[in-house]
Amino acid sequence: MATEVRMLSASGLLGYSFPEKSLRLGLARGLDMVGVDGGSSDPGPHYLGSGKRVNSKMAMKRDMVLLLKGAVAHKIPMIVGSCGGAGGEPHLQACVEILHEIAREEDFHFKMAVIHSELDKGWLKQRLAAGKIHPLGHAVPLTEPVIDRTERIVGMMGPEPYMKALDGGAQVILAGRSTDPAPWAALAMHHGMPPAPSWYAGKMLECGTGAAVPKGHDCLLATVARDYVEVEPANPERRCTPLSVAIQALHENASPTMHEEPGGILDSTDCRIEAVSDRAVRISGMQWRPQPYTIKLEGAEFAGYSAITFAGTRDPGLIGRLDSFLATVREAVATKAAALSVSPEQYQLVIRLYGVNGVMGEWEPQRDARSHEIGILAEVVAKAQEIANAVIALARVTLLHTDFPGRVCKEGNMAFPFSPSDIERGPVYRFSLRHVVEPDNPLQAFPIEYESV
Amino acid sequence: MAKLGDLAKACKSKNAGPFELTLDIVFEDAATFEKVRASGVICPELFARLYGVPAESVVFTEYPPAFAFKATIERRIASGAVGDGDVYGAQQHAPLLDVEVPL
Repeated sequence: MATEVRMLSASGLLGYSFPEKSLRLGLARGLDMVGVDGGSSDPGPHYLGSGKRVNSKMAMKRDMVLLLKGAVAHKIPMIVGSCGGAGGEPHLQACVEILHEIAREEDFHFKMAVIHSELDKGWLKQRLAAGKIHPLGHAVPLTEPVIDRTERIVGMMGPEPYMKALDGGAQVILAGRSTDPAPWAALAMHHGMPPAPSWYAGKMLECGTGAAVPKGHDCLLATVARDYVEVEPANPERRCTPLSVAIQALHENASPTMHEEPGGILDSTDCRIEAVSDRAVRISGMQWRPQPYTIKLEGAEFAGYSAITFAGTRDPGLIGRLDSFLATVREAVATKAAALSVSPEQYQLVIRLYGVNGVMGEWEPQRDARSHEIGILAEVVAKAQEIANAVIALARVTLLHTDFPGRVCKEGNMAFPFSPSDIERGPVYRFSLRHVVEPDNPLQAFPIEYESV
Repeated sequence: MAKLGDLAKACKSKNAGPFELTLDIVFEDAATFEKVRASGVICPELFARLYGVPAESVVFTEYPPAFAFKATIERRIASGAVGDGDVYGAQQHAPLLDVEVPL
């Protein structure tokens, strides 16, 4: 059994790019695996809902070519989790296609495992009926209509499907939605390391050099032993310090010390974080606290079709009475829409005021501050694109021409920077699930397909 | 009195999943962190007041290894839903900068 496992993460996300030199230096250290996180829910619900990729094919391919060359040359696994951004079937297949293309071009041959994470709605309904789906946070209990309405549902797999694929002899693993640390935690546990340092290494690796300074998209090395993890950037221009590692624990987590994962909690409350050189840091004392096995669900449902228009006003008279002006605009838009047989229930008009509270909305504490110019982003979301387009056009002309007391520039209230001024945005989505499902076992929801490439 | 924005090395907000927002305040060294901690100003009630959420719903952690405080709150609108203005949740930190800390 190995006494140490060394892994590399190429960067924070497949397609973010990383210096080729860093990968080369990392490989020269002797690695057991190269990998990269492929996704996140951070770019919002559109990608999961629409099936589109977050990063471009060109950028993903560039990163994958380098990783695959390294993996083939050193006969080690290459693993990508949460493929294509959202990790649904279209996202996963986009990555499989890139991989096939690279293998053909480079004449590479290997055993590949593709692990699916898009969940069958029928299975979810059975779990729901069996009382095996639970709400998280402020969510209400899940219902069948929500499952039906949701465009696409993925489960965030843990390390077990990856470990199964490694046991099955896969050298390349492309997987759907996963908890971010899962690919690395799996590789370390596959080699017999205990869960606590394996998960901790995964937490550090999932963000590339997020745990290093200076920040940037680059490769991170982690060495896992039975009772510690050492992290170090592959690029000599960066370094990990106890503080940079500690700060990484804050990133995108609800808690810096208690990390909920499938089947347990990684508790880093009593971690010791110490420098082993001016660039490498050793972390020890992490605990793995087993919990009932649950899989977090992500789903996006169709919210409507969107159209937007953007304009700015430099008129002090209008800026001085924005609230009443916008109330008049809303009313006039409703009247004109009614004339097109579009009722107020058929659309939502959202107006964001940049220079007032466009960034923070109701959380903005500076309620009375006004800039000398205000940016107005108007959006209409409707059940049909035709309605959204029609109502945004009405909103545009109404913003431009609505009269107000003391108006001195009657030619138009707004400066529109673009022609055409209205922009059709197509279908938009919202995250619709905030729940976990209890599977019969960690592999149940994630079928593995093997292929000899 | 000193403003948090002047005392902190980092003061940031970010999504913690699509439904929650996490706010981090990080100080340069243990001395500054301990002084601010001793003032008692950074507590769940502070985030409750600034962001209009119930204090008992704030997941609050003091994190000495990073000289940091962390608070996680419910988003006003889920990331990217109609009406949301900050998909990544990356620009919701500003109210913290003006918080006065008696030192």
